[in-house]
Amino acid sequence: MAAKVVTITSGKGGVGKTTAVANIAVGLAADGQRVVCIDGDVGLRNLDVVMGLENRIVYDLVDVIEGRCRLRQAMIRDRHLHGLYLIPAAQTRDKSAVSPSDMVRLCDELRAECDWILIDSPAGIERGFRNAIAPADEVIVITNPEVSAVRDADRVIGLLEAEEKGSPSLIINRLNPGMVRRHDMLSVDDVLDLLAVRLVGVVPEDEDVIVSTNRGVPVALDVKSKAGKAFRNIARRLRGEDVPFEDLDGGGFWERLTRLGRK
Amino acid sequence: MGLFGRKRGSARSAKERLQLVLIHDRTDISPAVLEALKDDLIQAISRHVAIDPGAVRIGLERDGRSQRLVADIPLKPVARRRG
Repeated sequence: MAAKVVTITSGKGGVGKTTAVANIAVGLAADGQRVVCIDGDVGLRNLDVVMGLENRIVYDLVDVIEGRCRLRQAMIRDRHLHGLYLIPAAQTRDKSAVSPSDMVRLCDELRAECDWILIDSPAGIERGFRNAIAPADEVIVITNPEVSAVRDADRVIGLLEAEEKGSPSLIINRLNPGMVRRHDMLSVDDVLDLLAVRLVGVVPEDEDVIVSTNRGVPVALDVKSKAGKAFRNIARRLRGEDVPFEDLDGGGFWERLTRLGRK
Repeated sequence: MGLFGRKRGSARSAKERLQLVLIHDRTDISPAVLEALKDDLIQAISRHVAIDPGAVRIGLERDGRSQRLVADIPLKPVARRRG
């Protein structure tokens, strides 16, 4: 079986890349898929703490690339889900310790071992971003419904198209439905109109994300959390399932009626 | 303040501002370049047909992920000679 490599990137920092990688991975692994997450943020690693695996790190990505350990030794098994692994980033090195072709080689070796390889890209559009997208079969751009995040997402989408990575798909993270209803936050439709790419998920702003991250237990494991459900739905959509989008911006009956009236 | 004393939602400003910013980010065509282009266009077209230079508009428009340069060049009415 050959794994699919999916890279999650954003341009802007702090929009939720790492949270998305951890939770989509949980969603996939909970459905019995074998998933390996790679933290591509060499020097500023965080996927380990978000997944709650920070105490188990012995070897990291750079150790594998520089031949100090075998690939298997750097794969940390998740505490909750069978078939979920993390390859952590090195913390005391920088992005130049890894090259795009290193990432391609590493992923090619991993492909036979699992169903999905999820890569957490660092913020920015420099070396770390180039490393993270090099092996990707599919790229997901994540943004928040907010001017600077949307602008950076557009820049990254342009770069991906120029790299002939194809058109990426989009996650809108931290949408606040109340603010959208009050017309004080860009709606899903607004963001899609601006960025003109395919939507793969909308995640509502949810305090549960911070609570679960505090504990090192991804929110997708919490069946009651709205954000958790949104991330699990993204995982299902990645597997090709046709999951309807949650109606988060109050696009209910009356809203649609007035929108029709305005056209 | 709009109708009913309610402030206009800020989402609309965000969207309008982004529409402009993204067009310039994507094309790397500055307003100065557009102006220069407009002057050249006026000169070139005026050599062949009569136009009103003051009425010429040139701008960038978005169509999905691609951009186009759109010029609106009204022609001067032809002064027909009376027979």
